Amino acid sequence: MSELKKITYREALKAGIREALLNDDRVFLMGEDVGRYGGAFAVSKSLLEEFGEDRIMDVPLSESGFVGAGIGASLAGMKPIVEVMTVNFGLLPMDQIVNNAATLLHMSGGQLNVPVVIRMSCGIGKQLAAQHSHSWEPLFAHIPGLVVVSVGTHEDARGMLHTALEHPDPVIIFEYTSMLNLEAEIQIDAGHTDISRAKVRREGKDISIITYGIGVYKALEAAKRLSEQGIDAEVIDLRVLRPLDEDCFIKSVSKTHRALLVEEAWASVNISSEVSARIMENAFYELDAPVKRLGGSEVPIPYPLHLENASVPQVEDIENAVIKILRP
Amino acid sequence: MKNKNNLDPEKAEKLLFQMLLMRKFEEKSAELYTKEKIRGFLHLYIGEEAVATGIIQALKPEDYILATYREHAHALARGVDAGVIMAEMYGKQEGCSRGRGGSMHLFDKEKNFFGGNAIVSGHLPLATGMALASKKLKRDNITVCFFGEGAAAEGEFHEALNLASLWKVPVLFVCENNLYAMGTALRYTHAVQEIEKKGPAYGIESKAVDGMDLLKLMEAANKAVEQVRSSGEPYLLVCNTYRFRAHSMFDAELYRDKTEVEKWKKRDPIPKFRKYLLKENLISEAKVQELEKRLNTEIQKAVDLAEAGTWEAKEELTRFVYSENPVS
Ligand SMILES: Cc1ncc(C[n+]2csc(CCOP(=O)(O)OP(=O)(O)O)c2C)c(N)n1
Repeated sequence: MSELKKITYREALKAGIREALLNDDRVFLMGEDVGRYGGAFAVSKSLLEEFGEDRIMDVPLSESGFVGAGIGASLAGMKPIVEVMTVNFGLLPMDQIVNNAATLLHMSGGQLNVPVVIRMSCGIGKQLAAQHSHSWEPLFAHIPGLVVVSVGTHEDARGMLHTALEHPDPVIIFEYTSMLNLEAEIQIDAGHTDISRAKVRREGKDISIITYGIGVYKALEAAKRLSEQGIDAEVIDLRVLRPLDEDCFIKSVSKTHRALLVEEAWASVNISSEVSARIMENAFYELDAPVKRLGGSEVPIPYPLHLENASVPQVEDIENAVIKILRP
Repeated sequence: MKNKNNLDPEKAEKLLFQMLLMRKFEEKSAELYTKEKIRGFLHLYIGEEAVATGIIQALKPEDYILATYREHAHALARGVDAGVIMAEMYGKQEGCSRGRGGSMHLFDKEKNFFGGNAIVSGHLPLATGMALASKKLKRDNITVCFFGEGAAAEGEFHEALNLASLWKVPVLFVCENNLYAMGTALRYTHAVQEIEKKGPAYGIESKAVDGMDLLKLMEAANKAVEQVRSSGEPYLLVCNTYRFRAHSMFDAELYRDKTEVEKWKKRDPIPKFRKYLLKENLISEAKVQELEKRLNTEIQKAVDLAEAGTWEAKEELTRFVYSENPVS
């Protein structure tokens, strides 16, 4: 066993960026307020001092403009990490992402690779209301040509960027604002994340809780509580939302015969919808109970805390849903 | 009797009280934020009060106003009750947006106050469209749209100005140039730093004005509003100002010198206006003291209303996603 180290999610993200900048001269970070401000969420704090203006670039408010420029730079041989401050502003560069980043390789008959990495923080923050609380992983996961990954743990916060930068295609990384201050222990020499695979975060035999992002720690907590009640839940972190690692969750469901799908994104047409469909297609006869989904309430996220909390699945909701499936 | 700046004692008192109220209201808000009564993002306008005051005094109640997330002062100037704004910031259902919006999303349709918009520059196209509607419907109201200099780097600024000019619609674009977009200074984000030079590129008459001087602002606003109203065409007014406080409550202000802030504080628009009124005998010392007293009562009333406010029931969560009384 290697040594463990206590680290916040924010520090883990920063360590990943630093390592990428040190590893390869072609890597640079650009985004609104990544430099002098220190990053909107202090993730890139002091990197400007360490790496200079050429590699830590503050850009004007012009998401279409600078995301497009990042795509262009990657076409011409650079390895840009483009930070869109939050996914809430991610619709402005959507045209660049869909019509350029995701499309150029195919349109050029396989000639043009777009090895850009676009990072966005995502999810409910702290009572930030309807325009600043979006969980839009499904919007991006809908688009062929993109690799869409979600950082549900500290290990991945540090280990995902490296693999994303090695990938020849555009990678969208979703990070979670509400997890930034969260501390966890990770192995000092934990390697890079395989971004083609989902990960079983807890093994169990009674039910598969399939989730990603903020859902991972919530599901693990629920599983812990359930174990005290004699229920042994398996927790799967999908981790890569496009293309989905189907083998992983089909294998799990074939073992447990039950599935609960959990995420914060609005419930209709979300990632769970797709996972559920694939379970029906590939493991229908393995099921002992109908697949159940717990998604975000279909409402713009309201400002008051009690309503905000009511809008997305909480640990108790996961716990209760599992009990309902197993002990109807 | 009106003086050469078109001020009579009644109007003078009203404007001074309004600016004092804006200042006090936000100082109180900051205090309540640290007490966690107000949550989420809170953007203070302290230092910039003359802008909203100078522009809005030139408007008629039927004119439309759109503002940013830094809009408490605009709402107050438009006559939205301080208590209703405070209740909104508490997240109580007595707030102007039923508590669902919070500080960044103040709306009051009856007062023609259209937010409270927190996607930078996202509301500029709306303003152009609202003015287009006024034109088509032959209403004689105009639309006024406030935004920061950071917003002027967004594509939507340029698209909205172009369309407004192309369509010849009555909209007044008011750029509140406070020199910083979060932590990134104007000089790092605009190749041409005089924002007023951008209007003429679209055939829009533009002017810059000292945003720390209410008298100069009133003069410029009266002229601009009158011109938009009579010509039915857009106008760009750039108000050069400064925010004394941090961008929001999450800002360590690493990007600017305290000395710079202190320098600007010497140009505080409120003492300046008060001094002028006293000199011109438009107000007496005794009256000023009376105003301060009234101010405290007003603020206390606002806080009381918010404190006494109630939480919307959880069962209401999914309301207002679709219209409840669709008009046939
Ligand atoms: C499209 C978009 N990008 C980024 C942000 C995050 N953000 C909020 S305010 C702000 C700075 C805006 O500066 P400016 O337009 O000058 O207005 P100010 O805040 O100075 O009043 C930024 C970057 C946002 N809300 N919307």
